[in-house]
Amino acid sequence: MSKPIHLTLKIWRQNGPDDRGRFEIYPAKNISTDMSFLEMLDVVNEQLTLEGQEPIAFEHDCREGICGTCGTMVNGRAHGQLKGTTLCQLHMRHFSDGDTLVIEPFRARAYPVIKDLVVDRSALDRMIQTGGYISVNTGSAPEANTLPVPQDRAERAMDAAACIGCGACVASCPNASAMLFVSAKVSQLALLPHGRPEAARRALSMVRAMDACGFGNCSNHRECEKTCPKEISIINIARLNREYFKAVFLSQGNY
Amino acid sequence: MRLDAKIPAGPLAQKWDRHRFELKLVNPANKRKYDIIVVGTGLAGASASASLAELGYNVKTFCIHDSPRRAHSIAAQGGINAAKNYPNDGDSIWRLFYDTVKGGDFRAREANVYRLAQVSNLIIDQCVAQGVPFAREYGGLLANRSFGGAQLSRTFYARGQTGQQLLLGAYSALMRQVATGKVRMFPRREMLDLVLINGQARGIVARNLVSGEIERHEGHAVVLCTGGYGNVYYLSTNAKACNVTATFRAYKHGACFGNPCFTQIHPTCIPVHGTYQSKLTLMSESLRNDGRVWVPKTPGDKRKPSQIPEAERDYFLERKYPSFGNLVPRDVASRNAKEQCDQDKGVGDTGLAVYLDFADAIQRDSRAVIEKKYGNLFQMYEKITGEDPYETPMMIYPAVHYTMGGLWVDYNLMSTIDGLFVLGEANFSDHGANRLGASALMQGLADGYFVIPYTIGGYLAGSRFTEVSTDHSAFGDSVKQVQERVAKLLAARGRRTVDDFHRELGLVMWDHCGMARTNDGLKTARSRIQALRAEFWENVRVPGAEHDFNQSLEKAGRVADFLEFAELMILDALARQESCGGHFNEAYQTEENEAKRDDAHFCHAAAWEFTGDGKDPVLNKEPLVFENVHLTQRSYK
Repeated sequence: MSKPIHLTLKIWRQNGPDDRGRFEIYPAKNISTDMSFLEMLDVVNEQLTLEGQEPIAFEHDCREGICGTCGTMVNGRAHGQLKGTTLCQLHMRHFSDGDTLVIEPFRARAYPVIKDLVVDRSALDRMIQTGGYISVNTGSAPEANTLPVPQDRAERAMDAAACIGCGACVASCPNASAMLFVSAKVSQLALLPHGRPEAARRALSMVRAMDACGFGNCSNHRECEKTCPKEISIINIARLNREYFKAVFLSQGNY
Repeated sequence: MRLDAKIPAGPLAQKWDRHRFELKLVNPANKRKYDIIVVGTGLAGASASASLAELGYNVKTFCIHDSPRRAHSIAAQGGINAAKNYPNDGDSIWRLFYDTVKGGDFRAREANVYRLAQVSNLIIDQCVAQGVPFAREYGGLLANRSFGGAQLSRTFYARGQTGQQLLLGAYSALMRQVATGKVRMFPRREMLDLVLINGQARGIVARNLVSGEIERHEGHAVVLCTGGYGNVYYLSTNAKACNVTATFRAYKHGACFGNPCFTQIHPTCIPVHGTYQSKLTLMSESLRNDGRVWVPKTPGDKRKPSQIPEAERDYFLERKYPSFGNLVPRDVASRNAKEQCDQDKGVGDTGLAVYLDFADAIQRDSRAVIEKKYGNLFQMYEKITGEDPYETPMMIYPAVHYTMGGLWVDYNLMSTIDGLFVLGEANFSDHGANRLGASALMQGLADGYFVIPYTIGGYLAGSRFTEVSTDHSAFGDSVKQVQERVAKLLAARGRRTVDDFHRELGLVMWDHCGMARTNDGLKTARSRIQALRAEFWENVRVPGAEHDFNQSLEKAGRVADFLEFAELMILDALARQESCGGHFNEAYQTEENEAKRDDAHFCHAAAWEFTGDGKDPVLNKEPLVFENVHLTQRSYK
């Protein structure tokens, strides 16, 4: 059994995209160190509700680190300080009694604030729509073992495919670049023989969509890799760059 | 009501082929004249939306999340079954069919389950072609592992993230159709009512979760892919947003609810540790391939696991079920864990846990091998509990995980409302009274990729439709009712939060309608739920405004429906005076404490029909006819 801790929360409140927003301070008392970060916010919200105030809006769903819905900045770090961890899997045993936590939404030009800690990340879907798939209609697939995939390539594809689309990479990048996100999808599909026919088109169109959505470019800060809760490597960005340049040269200007 | 399951005639293995031939077709040019509403974007909803759009239908797809990729299918860990027989260990479509019917304790429809086994192989082909990175052998071909309820390896997997990878495959197919304009995507929408015109499902009313606006959407058919209702227990392995609202609203319009008391309690979850707890976390069943389940032999033994010598440990599953061992089906494993804890052999601070021990597997195969198979699961366990499962055994306890019950559907996956189709966990069809591991992903994708594209065409081609617009009075009436309900929730201004009510409901359900049920307990639960529901509408506090992003209001609507739906589960459990699969009534058990069916009286699917608020629903029965398998007492010994 753990000893409860007392914290001070400095939380960003914003009524909507047009509101200027401000920090407000809330105490979080008697927090069990076995709680998850989101359970700590639940406790604060229950209290606010009973006091007649509006609870803090924050997004979450599976609470087991896979759906990619949750995520805020905690003391300037997306998903908090623990490496390879989503906010829902960050537990209060990593904080100390008396700590002050600054909690803000993910910030990027492409992520307008909806309310408090909730932002609109639909730009990530829009980039996938431009090419983050293999064009295969239901029913037309050949027998699954027709194309063997070397185990190490399948493993590397899986490493990239582990992306949960939380968008923390963008929030932690000084350029608000979505390169890690885009490169994870491009890599997964480029590494598999099934994805090769569209590899060039995919790289070109997804990079173009990234620019159009208002994300910045990569200048090798590596903050994305450090923050990524699934520890997606920037090796994928190098692979995206190779795929992209290869596509540009081979397309002979028709891109 | 007369239930017609529309099971095609002919030998089992030919039913689906024959049915597909007999179904009317919509010609390609006419498909664009039909609008189809799909609610939900999990495996069933995303695969259905993409497949229908590929055929040329206009699809409108709705989800409650910010993105369709977040649906709870994403959290499925272990794998997906298929009858490929790659390991050459004797698998076949027939065996997958038989295992699924037997695993479901003979309470599913033969024809549906056989079709599921038939299309299982196509699913794997489709997913591989989409770029799903399944695990592979050194030769580059697909790898398999074994799962509970089966004695062979037929489960395909992508590390411990199979659901995520399959969902992202279906999501990418959906995104491709959004780009072509054949699917219009409506994220951050919650369906709050179904609209019927001339007895046909013709639309939905949904709340825009950002603006609070109540929207109207019309179509020629509605496909519900809205998942299960496990969150009626408050604590479950379901994601927080999972709810019964869409299917319950359809029930209130005349869609019969099938077998609502059939719920699955999963044996391997991280035990409950505090009252503030918001959800439970599953540890994949695949862990039971290498982990050994045990408790101390002596009741009340509080020593650390490392201090309990081998001779004083009881590997109770291996002892009781030597042929299946730790891989017995989920309902059997869960009940046995509860039995051990009831005998005061439970471990950990609360005494509500058993050990799942990997020491032998690590010694046999090396830590590296175990890490490769289960690394992310071990990591997750350590993050949540602060304990290292490579060093000390995991502690696990059963938790609510899946609901086999759902809206009753016929062989075409159509409910008792014309034009209302129900797919995936939201329907009741394939798993009987207990679902086997790695079968949920199979069913969601089977329904969406390979069943609905055919059967919806048969319905559309064989039906007459009047022109309707969202100005129709049926939409107006529905919007008015939805708005009144929202206003009522906000106006209560009571002294208890929504979560507070939800937690209390969950405890009542867990205690009385959980792993073991008694008639007295169920009756007590019914009156407590009625009282709690009455208090809810008087004393709930829902802060915030109607026309705003308001998460408290969203939750309040869902809990209000759970408070009504819970009573339906209780009624169903009381009506089924037998034990089968996940429904265990203590009065009906064999001498060895296994579920004892009563095939003479209860070999049917229960389909509950709504008759009005405050009135008891009517129980309709669909007799289950077994022509191909012989009903036996399940044995995993």
